Amino acid sequence: MSTYNFDYLDELEAEAIHILREVAGQFEKPALLFSGGKDSITLVRLAEKAFRPGKFPFPLVHIDTGHNFQETIDYRDKMVERIGERLIVGSVQESIDQGKVVEQKGKNASRNALQTVTLLDTIAKYEFDACIGGARRDEEKARAKERIFSVRDEFGQWDPKRQRPELWNIYNGKIHKGENVRVFPISNWTELDVWNYIRRENIELPSIYFSHERDVITRNGQLMAASPFLNMDDEDLVFKKQVRFRTVGDMSCTAAVESEATLIDDIISEISASKISERGARLDDKVSEAAMEDRKKGGYF
Amino acid sequence: MNILKFFTAGSVDDGKSTLIGRLLYDTDSILADQLEALQSSNRKNDDGTIDLAILTDGLRAEREQGITIDVAYKYFQTDKRKFIIADTPGHIQYTRNMVTGASTANLAIILVDARNGVVEQTIRHSYLVSLLGIKHVVVCINKMDMVDYSESVYTTIIDKYKILAQQLKLKDVTYIPVSALKGDNIVQLSERMAWYEGESLLHFLEKVDTDNLDKSQLARMPVQWVIRPQTKALHDYRGYAGRVLSGTFKLNDKVTVLPSGASSTVEKIEFFDQSPEIAHAGQSVILHLKDDVDISRGDTIVNASALPQESKLIEADLCWMDGRALDTSIMYLIQHNSKTTKCKISEILHKVDINTLEKHQAEEFKLNDIGRVIIKTADALAFDLYDDNRANGSAILIDSRTNLTVGALMFRAAVE
Repeated sequence: MSTYNFDYLDELEAEAIHILREVAGQFEKPALLFSGGKDSITLVRLAEKAFRPGKFPFPLVHIDTGHNFQETIDYRDKMVERIGERLIVGSVQESIDQGKVVEQKGKNASRNALQTVTLLDTIAKYEFDACIGGARRDEEKARAKERIFSVRDEFGQWDPKRQRPELWNIYNGKIHKGENVRVFPISNWTELDVWNYIRRENIELPSIYFSHERDVITRNGQLMAASPFLNMDDEDLVFKKQVRFRTVGDMSCTAAVESEATLIDDIISEISASKISERGARLDDKVSEAAMEDRKKGGYF
Repeated sequence: MNILKFFTAGSVDDGKSTLIGRLLYDTDSILADQLEALQSSNRKNDDGTIDLAILTDGLRAEREQGITIDVAYKYFQTDKRKFIIADTPGHIQYTRNMVTGASTANLAIILVDARNGVVEQTIRHSYLVSLLGIKHVVVCINKMDMVDYSESVYTTIIDKYKILAQQLKLKDVTYIPVSALKGDNIVQLSERMAWYEGESLLHFLEKVDTDNLDKSQLARMPVQWVIRPQTKALHDYRGYAGRVLSGTFKLNDKVTVLPSGASSTVEKIEFFDQSPEIAHAGQSVILHLKDDVDISRGDTIVNASALPQESKLIEADLCWMDGRALDTSIMYLIQHNSKTTKCKISEILHKVDINTLEKHQAEEFKLNDIGRVIIKTADALAFDLYDDNRANGSAILIDSRTNLTVGALMFRAAVE
């Protein structure tokens, strides 16, 4: 036996590459769902490691709510140019304009829930049979039970009671026409693993992950970026704060955390010490204890 | 730092979820907002403390019924190691979930209720551990607080378990008396059991040999994907992408490609921007061969001096995982690494009563049944025996009518 040191990041990386290549081998029309967040950015690096010097056997697909941080969109476009792969954008604004979904009203209005319709329409339009996503099992307790190859019916629904057993490192991607599979190559990574990997690989991230000064308001006990996408009234007091974002979602539902972390090392020590889990900064999960389970059953990422 | 994957077997009554909740809680792996959700939930222990089991019961049906139905994966780390827990249900109707959780684990924690000792369920869980070839077993005698932390109760139970372990050929078994509810011997050694001379559960988990990688020397790499950029600059580039299942591949190693039997030599090993001289078990790499041989997905590259078995007729242990019983008259698909081919179960040799370990003749195979079968495949498979090489000795059965995974197979012998 050689004295070869297989670090935990090497192991997680090798597993994810194996999963990405299984997608390439088992499906006709896969796609990589790219949000501009650190998890999907990590997936892009893993795809480079899986398929270079060849092209990716799938396009990147971004479901654009129209309420994204501009920094995310700039990052996305720059990255797509660098890697030379195809980008498909599904637009929530278009779904609204076509009358397929109705914009939420009220103070907590967000386009987060509307994304599902645009996502399913985009999947149907391009006939994607597998969608690779950056979800992780440590994020939330419903996700803790989801398979790496997670079959969705033609309505995009996840049925937690009918999940296929997933044994050893064998992934069953067989589906009927109209169904598709959501594939989660970094299921077994934790938030800290992703950050450590980003540091190790020297991966560039959108600037909103790092500390910056921003106009914010307080909403439901959390700091939200003041923006035209947030329904604000006279009671909302805008003030300046040194903040960063732990996830990249819509401006209307992604809370900021107060932070002085300007470097990846700062972020890693901040997270190591932190007592708020990542999804805790997402208002969309707070509705009820089973919020994520319900959204996943409905076709959410 | 490396990773230890372990799974826990036991029923709700054994306090399995409480044990995992306790490990997470005592290693500070529960974050503030999760704790807040936990405290606001109205499930409490009799003494008013938080019910730690809620941490692992993820799905709504499970919260409502208070039982663990599926496999839930949990993650925590200490400064010594990262841990991945497959939390699996213990009732007999969830045997398939347990097999699933156990398939990727290197260590099993078997919970025994100190009040009841070794019961039918203990036998069942231990049998599954031996069937799945899990290297390390930790038997936690739980609820010691309910038996006054009695050493004699503990000793009686482990003496009985040792007989079972011998019968099942479990090699590496460790016994720890614990109370998951009170936290005794989970993270810290308990003063209430001064007679116990071993380590706490967490301390043991931190230092046990991980064996994440198969120690088998048999060099195997199933080809998942062929990389052919076909650009001007890389016109003749042809790389075979896959994950090394076991053993190592070195530059200039003589290799054989199966099923064609073609011979060649490793010309180059690639990993993104690196060209290492060796590819180790567990690594996802690209291999280049000297000769222009026809290779596609589903083929396996192996070391020429240690060939796997090749057969269309294989004796295997089968765990049936579907509500619809096995039908020996129809064709199924078998997926073995990157290869999928048609197959039939041509014979049921015996079924095992997993509560008593007795073998008996059987005509049918239903959900959660386990036994020995002979499988006949359309294309020959290049495989190793499960006990020699877990990764190349296992496969799944797929019902092509439903596309569901209906069986787990562990190869035991090639049929002459």
